[in-house]
Amino acid sequence: MKVLIPSPLRSYTRTREVEATGTTIGELLADLDRRYPGLRFRMIDEQDKMRPHMRFFINGEQVFDMNRALRPTDEVQIVQALSGG
Amino acid sequence: MARTKKKPAARKSRPARAKRARKAAPARRVVVLVATRKGAWLFEGNPARKTWRANGPHFLGHIVNHLVLDPRDGRTLLAAAKTGHLGPTVFRSTDMGRTWKEAARPPAFPKVPEGEKGRVVDHTFWLTPGHASEPNRWYAGTSPQGFFRSDDGGVTWEPASGVNDDPRYRIWMGTVQDGTPDGPKMHSIIVDPRNPAHIYMGMSGGGVHESHDAGRTFAPLVKGLEVVEGFDAANIAVHDPHCVRLCPSNPDRLYQQNHCGIYRIDRPSDEWVRIGKRMPKRIGDIGFPMVVHPRDDQTVWVFPMDGQTVWPRTSPEGKPCAYVTRDGGKSWQRLDSGLPADQAWWTVKRQAMTRDAQDPVGLYFGTTSGDLWMSRDEGKRWANVARNLPEIYAVETAELR
Repeated sequence: MKVLIPSPLRSYTRTREVEATGTTIGELLADLDRRYPGLRFRMIDEQDKMRPHMRFFINGEQVFDMNRALRPTDEVQIVQALSGG
Repeated sequence: MARTKKKPAARKSRPARAKRARKAAPARRVVVLVATRKGAWLFEGNPARKTWRANGPHFLGHIVNHLVLDPRDGRTLLAAAKTGHLGPTVFRSTDMGRTWKEAARPPAFPKVPEGEKGRVVDHTFWLTPGHASEPNRWYAGTSPQGFFRSDDGGVTWEPASGVNDDPRYRIWMGTVQDGTPDGPKMHSIIVDPRNPAHIYMGMSGGGVHESHDAGRTFAPLVKGLEVVEGFDAANIAVHDPHCVRLCPSNPDRLYQQNHCGIYRIDRPSDEWVRIGKRMPKRIGDIGFPMVVHPRDDQTVWVFPMDGQTVWPRTSPEGKPCAYVTRDGGKSWQRLDSGLPADQAWWTVKRQAMTRDAQDPVGLYFGTTSGDLWMSRDEGKRWANVARNLPEIYAVETAELR
């Protein structure tokens, strides 16, 4: 499925849009990390929690659950929260 | 894995034609490694340490807490970095920053079973190369406090001490609310040059600790240290060492800039002695950084800070100055020649003051207002190297042939 990558993570992917697979957000992020090593830990901490200022949207809907199911046609967008600094 | 490649942003401060010095020019070239809130820079000095060429920014926008060159191989640079949004990592370069590669496994606490609350590394704060006999070994201190080790030159990191999970230590470490404004930290990881298993470290808060088994276990080393009025010094949790340094010329002597004064300890004694009482009363002996002379265990520099009332964390009276003792703390002399005479309200963080090992010793510090200063004559005269950098978090030196 299509995954939109925010600019701070494009040093990993070199492009704003990549393909990855998974039946849940957790699996999708694991696949992204296989393709782009190191990417996942910048977004997900060692306790498997989303980092405070990272946000994930499926087809425009914000999700917080790593086990949220995905369909192959879904579009996933990874976003940095507008938290300044 | 993220890789970056960047050209050095050359900015010569002046033509590199230095006057012929009376003494022979030092054979080794100093590079000053500057870590800031918004990236890192390398300032490459000419042999006379009079002109400096800026190389950077590296990792623009990253919060870089420490940038250290491995003195054992003279080429491996590690940078502890994160951004406001992205999690912490360690970048590694073996070509003086021309290219960087991210650690395959940055410092991280173990995952705990579902339902338990595990700790999360917010940032790696401190990097220490291991003992000379242990190439590729590095240690890292994190925020919140954790002790980590790498045995492959910084590529992979593992939790490396029982203190990370010891319930007693966890109480001493406190919570985010107990720590420094940007998080409680483990810092001042020092490897005894005579014995790789003998390690010191400091925790803010949580005291100074000593290990005889390469960090697997630690024991407190806080006797003689004062704590904030009204608290019990027997409670390790209320101790706050800001910076601990070991004298290379006498590894049995350590100095410490603490939240509550300046101290010295001479091992095997286990009692710190407050030597900051001899500082001028109007300046006090509060501050963050501390620098020890590479060849003289009687000489130490500090950079006092206003720690009165609400802790402004500025230079006292807006007049920045270093102080030096050349007799182990019996007397102190002010060193402010060349620094702003007044209305300069910056200060210097605990990792942001250092030295080289040349003769005379060069001193370097970076300010919270983003200026980099140095002295070629052990603090008698200060000169500005760079202005208008982001807030400077750490300054280290490397000496290259």
